[in-house]
Amino acid sequence: MSREVFLLPDVGEGLIEADIVAWKVAVGDVVSLNQPLVDVETAKAVVELPSPFAGTVVELHGQVGDTMAVDTPLITFEVGEPAPHAQVKQVVHDVPDEQRREPVLIGYGVADEAAHSGRRARRGARVETPAPAAPAEAGASQGPVRTTPPVRLLAKSYGVDLRQVVATGRDGLVTREDVERARAVPATGSVSRVVATGPTTSSRFAGREIDAWSTGAREERFAVKGVLKSMAEAMVQSVTQQPQAVVWLRVDATRTTELLAGLKKQPRLSDVRLSPLTIVALALCDAARHYPGINSSFDAESGEVVLRRYVNLGIAADTPRGLIVPNIKDADRLDVVGMAEALTSLVEKARDATTAPADMAGTTLTITNVGPFGVDAAVAILPPGTGAILCVGQIAPAPWVVDGQLAVREVVELAMTFDHRQIDGALASKAIAHIGRFLADPAAALLAQ
Amino acid sequence: MIDEELVQLLTPEGERVDHPDYASTLSGEQILSMYRDMVIVRRLCTESTSLQRQGQLALWAPIEGQEGAQIGAGRALAPMDFTFPSYREHGIAWCRGIPPAELLKLFRAVSNGGWDPLKYRHHLPTIVLGNQVLNAVGYAMGIQRDGADEAVLTFFGDGASSQGDVLESFVWASSFNAPVVFFCQNNQFGISTPSSTQSKVPLFRRARGFGFPGVRVDGNDLLACYEVTRAALDNARAGGGPTMIEAFTYRMGAHTTSDDPTRYRVDAEVEVWKHRDPIERIKALLVREYRVKPSAFEDIAAEADRQALQLREDVLAMGRPDPLSMFDHVYADDHPLIDEGRREMAALGLGGSH
Repeated sequence: MSREVFLLPDVGEGLIEADIVAWKVAVGDVVSLNQPLVDVETAKAVVELPSPFAGTVVELHGQVGDTMAVDTPLITFEVGEPAPHAQVKQVVHDVPDEQRREPVLIGYGVADEAAHSGRRARRGARVETPAPAAPAEAGASQGPVRTTPPVRLLAKSYGVDLRQVVATGRDGLVTREDVERARAVPATGSVSRVVATGPTTSSRFAGREIDAWSTGAREERFAVKGVLKSMAEAMVQSVTQQPQAVVWLRVDATRTTELLAGLKKQPRLSDVRLSPLTIVALALCDAARHYPGINSSFDAESGEVVLRRYVNLGIAADTPRGLIVPNIKDADRLDVVGMAEALTSLVEKARDATTAPADMAGTTLTITNVGPFGVDAAVAILPPGTGAILCVGQIAPAPWVVDGQLAVREVVELAMTFDHRQIDGALASKAIAHIGRFLADPAAALLAQ
Repeated sequence: MIDEELVQLLTPEGERVDHPDYASTLSGEQILSMYRDMVIVRRLCTESTSLQRQGQLALWAPIEGQEGAQIGAGRALAPMDFTFPSYREHGIAWCRGIPPAELLKLFRAVSNGGWDPLKYRHHLPTIVLGNQVLNAVGYAMGIQRDGADEAVLTFFGDGASSQGDVLESFVWASSFNAPVVFFCQNNQFGISTPSSTQSKVPLFRRARGFGFPGVRVDGNDLLACYEVTRAALDNARAGGGPTMIEAFTYRMGAHTTSDDPTRYRVDAEVEVWKHRDPIERIKALLVREYRVKPSAFEDIAAEADRQALQLREDVLAMGRPDPLSMFDHVYADDHPLIDEGRREMAALGLGGSH
């Protein structure tokens, strides 16, 4: 008497698993060759598996509803005589075990499970799953490494030596996961260059403090929630539902910086934070008054465009919790002082994490300011449900032509992303040009309001 | 299935019927021998399906229900005729004398083909739909140029009949009056697509548009399939040009072992076709007309079981080929890209030694 294990075969050209639908035999049943054993459901079909052995059922390795991986034990049999199956395999594969375990691509049929069961039969011992080749064997093998072309390519791209990889696939096959593992843990001595240690200070990412490069874990996972989740959802919604285009403009903002310098000297304004953003905010609101179309949103559900004659001005704020976009309600009604105060309050709330949900609802237009990071320009993505977002770069000295002469001026780059469903390039261009004129001569623009 | 244009010589109940153009010429002995072929081929097919379900074959394409069409056509061949099969012509391969295990090498993925086509006058299975029909017409045109007294019989299904390859083949065969017989087994399904969806006219009528005759035969009637194929081959050898035969049959099983037919057809339809089984009606004829004894049928069934067991043993004993051998017969002559592939694979240490 000997034990034979029937491993779940791949019954459909490349399947990796199957669900047990119904057992047709029970432990203790005597079954004949090709007798139906079990119905399994794969991604392709429900199929009946006939018995490869004649014998007695000793163990069913799964229950109805279980998902079984291909090549794992399904049923263990006790057979009186070696089945023709195993018998044949013994003849064909009667080679020393050492040689057998070499991960070479020669001498095995698709019946790997038969080879395994044949070995078990001779030893009279039960092995539940094919044992992966030991690392020493894989590493020391002089023969070719068994793997698939995509995995070979992957190893090559990682610079991983396949001969050093611990194989866990059947018959010593190196799997994709094996290569990924080998890459994550470089084999001793295989790293020829030691990279300089990174900074040891922590930093922030996605609204959390993260360990420094050299002190943190090699890989870290954390849940998507809170501000990060809001950002992710908003961005996915935006790029999947709003067709977006961008217009650019470089502006001589020298007079804006001069105006700001003058305003800061006013005692009345000593308590408020004045910055180029204040003027840009006023400029954008003014552009909306002249070109209301940019202050609109597209309601696909109702098949309507919503045009708004008020501006809830969103400001993209970099906070310890992550990116949030609180807005200033009815920002179009504010003068320089009002705008400066509103922006100051908004930034303080965001920094102190006291921004209320209502402060973030109902944005109609948005400004994102990348200037403080020393960046010239960026292509912003629309907050969902808004018509336009203006990105402002740093204001920095640059060569500029004034009256036919080359001069050094304070130059800023503007980029406005707009929803191209209801806003076309002509309207967006007129609006950004208006903002440009405002920043080029803010005093005149403010007087004209 | 009552169809005036359908050639039938034996009803599903095993009763002979007359046809104005065809009469059965087979003796009782011949019919019994062909019955044996059908039973063995069906038994080998069920064993092959089991082997696939046990992980011993990568894939199998069952022929249950189509034995009458295949043994009828296969036994109508003259020894020097050449056959070009698709991937389901296991009955034709049997008639051509190919050992069943040879056929399964492809399905066990230990060979890209197997036998020497010239030895058995049977080309290798073609998986690419309809491609073999072009090959067949080319071969038939070669026969013409050699002046040989041979014909070509090529097989495809109702699904493949929608392929450009098959229709181009019709054009060439017609233009050159090539000695080829197109044998279409209309088993009603191109995998899951009903034949009626793919063709608004019965398939055999297409032939007329190309300029050669088309015949629809009861594909589950062994006697009719034999006579219609024999007549078409005789006509081709005599210089009469191509014929298309539509053997109207039914695939009782799955398209392949990767397919689940219960997802696209109803049991009631399968039940109807069970009563048209090609083996049962011949058995009825043999009992009624030739007084064949039950023991004779039992002997044949036992022989089929022995053949199946032998097939199982042969399949399980198959070794693995040298991986480099896959490059050997891609082209008849050397080819730089194939050579490069062989060198790269050898450099990986993936072959060349046993």
